[in-house]
Amino acid sequence: MRSVLPILAVLGAIVALWYAATVWLNSQWTYDQAARAGVEVSFGEVVADTLNQDRPVLPAPHQVAEGLWDGLAGQKVTSKRSLVYHGWVTLSATLVGFAIGTGLGILLAVGIVHNRAMDMSVMPWAIASQTIPILAIAPMVIVVFASVGLTGLIPKAIISAYLSFFPVVVGMVKGLRSPDAMQLDLLKTYNAGGWDTLRKLRLPASMPYLFASLKVSVAASLVGAIVGELPAGATSGLGARLLSGSYYGQTIQIWAALFAAAILAAGLVMIIGGIERGTLRRMGMAR
Amino acid sequence: MKDTTTTAGTVIEARGLGLTFQTSDGPVHALKDVNLTVDKGDFVSFIGPSGCGKTTFLRAIAALEHPTEGTLTVNGMEPDAARQARAYGYVFQAAGLYPWRTIAGNIKLPLEIMGFSKAEQKERVEKVLALVDLEGFGKKFPWQLSGGMQQRASIARALAFDADILLMDEPFGALDEIVRDRLNEELLKLWARTEKTIGFVTHSIPEAVYLSTKIVVMSPRPGRITDVIESTLPRQRPLDIRDSREFIEIAHRVREGLRAGHGDEV
Repeated sequence: MRSVLPILAVLGAIVALWYAATVWLNSQWTYDQAARAGVEVSFGEVVADTLNQDRPVLPAPHQVAEGLWDGLAGQKVTSKRSLVYHGWVTLSATLVGFAIGTGLGILLAVGIVHNRAMDMSVMPWAIASQTIPILAIAPMVIVVFASVGLTGLIPKAIISAYLSFFPVVVGMVKGLRSPDAMQLDLLKTYNAGGWDTLRKLRLPASMPYLFASLKVSVAASLVGAIVGELPAGATSGLGARLLSGSYYGQTIQIWAALFAAAILAAGLVMIIGGIERGTLRRMGMAR
Repeated sequence: MKDTTTTAGTVIEARGLGLTFQTSDGPVHALKDVNLTVDKGDFVSFIGPSGCGKTTFLRAIAALEHPTEGTLTVNGMEPDAARQARAYGYVFQAAGLYPWRTIAGNIKLPLEIMGFSKAEQKERVEKVLALVDLEGFGKKFPWQLSGGMQQRASIARALAFDADILLMDEPFGALDEIVRDRLNEELLKLWARTEKTIGFVTHSIPEAVYLSTKIVVMSPRPGRITDVIESTLPRQRPLDIRDSREFIEIAHRVREGLRAGHGDEV
């Protein structure tokens, strides 16, 4: 309970700053409108107007909250205007991409730890892959997959996996190498092979590293899925919602979709945190 | 020293053994011209200052290091073959228990790898837990045990698959004196009960004298054996034997050996 007060204080400060920024950024429109109509506006009227414009430069927090609430609860979940619908489209691609990325990341890490050639060759490529802007790759992936008849979830999941495998590789390489020389020697005295060493020592020892990586990678998966919805004019998903919002200057819609994405990401990270606590407790590694 | 032919009672035999590490600063002679015979049932301590090669020698017996000169046999075999035949259990300086396994789970580790049946694993865990006085602690996790108990669990792990030889690399080095005394006493009882051959690295003179039937004094640069002392103490050794005249004389000889091998540095 002690931690609630500081959190609320920070939240309050952010909201206050946001309102101030709303008034400042949207006032130009209000003044322009007033000048065109040839009327004087008082400061009070400016504030009242800036907080309730239809297409504000920066929507006020309560407008975003309204848009978010309307999107989440005000529509049938099958409606094209429902954020639950769009969120689910994005989430499904995120989860598939996350699964592919995690699996690929773990496999690559195991390869890197066990094979010197892979150690030398894979890591530089993995790093290089992440230096290319995902926005540049995404359209090509969509086009290539569309040419073989794959559209919708799979190409988005691939883009999502492209972003999410990397933290897993980095974390798992570190984790699989975390057992010290003594622990490896111990297994050698039992004449244990590589498979036993991996199964009995390296994988369990890497669990804390894996979960740290998964938290980063699930958020990256979501970004990947959203980015995958931006090109090729997808009609559903949070990314499509962002895109159509920007086409039509629906800033409130954009912000509502952004917040929906943030809530989704927070939820995913929290679920992984929960699994982490449960797993580590069962493994006797959480005190 | 005894004759150089391998007899039925010989467990470990080193002849002209040398081991050179190639480092970026040039070769380091960790062991040079080491000759030693260990008989079945011996309790052999290796004592010397750091860098004298005592741990390297133990690791060579375990086939964790590979000698560059001479011959080394364990149970009449090459060390690698001896390891495959499960000739020894190894106890490291740190207990090195897996934090994600219970004590019983840790003791099962070698048994799982060596392919013992589930029923036999369980039976053996119970047996060795009793040997090291840890009955009832099988379900605990390592962090719930004291340092001394953890080290006992790691000894139990090394005993679980019934190897004839127990190799111990400063197993009690990180423990306080009181715990160490008790574990030394228990180790002697264990040795009497199981009739294992024990190789024990230490840098404590009283520990070496109290435990051993044979004390190998080593000196550094290059690592070599300077003295091998056959203990005249009886096999039954209460802790207060350490105040006896005989004990003090053997300790004195060990100290002399260390001083001779080390020049003026001690």
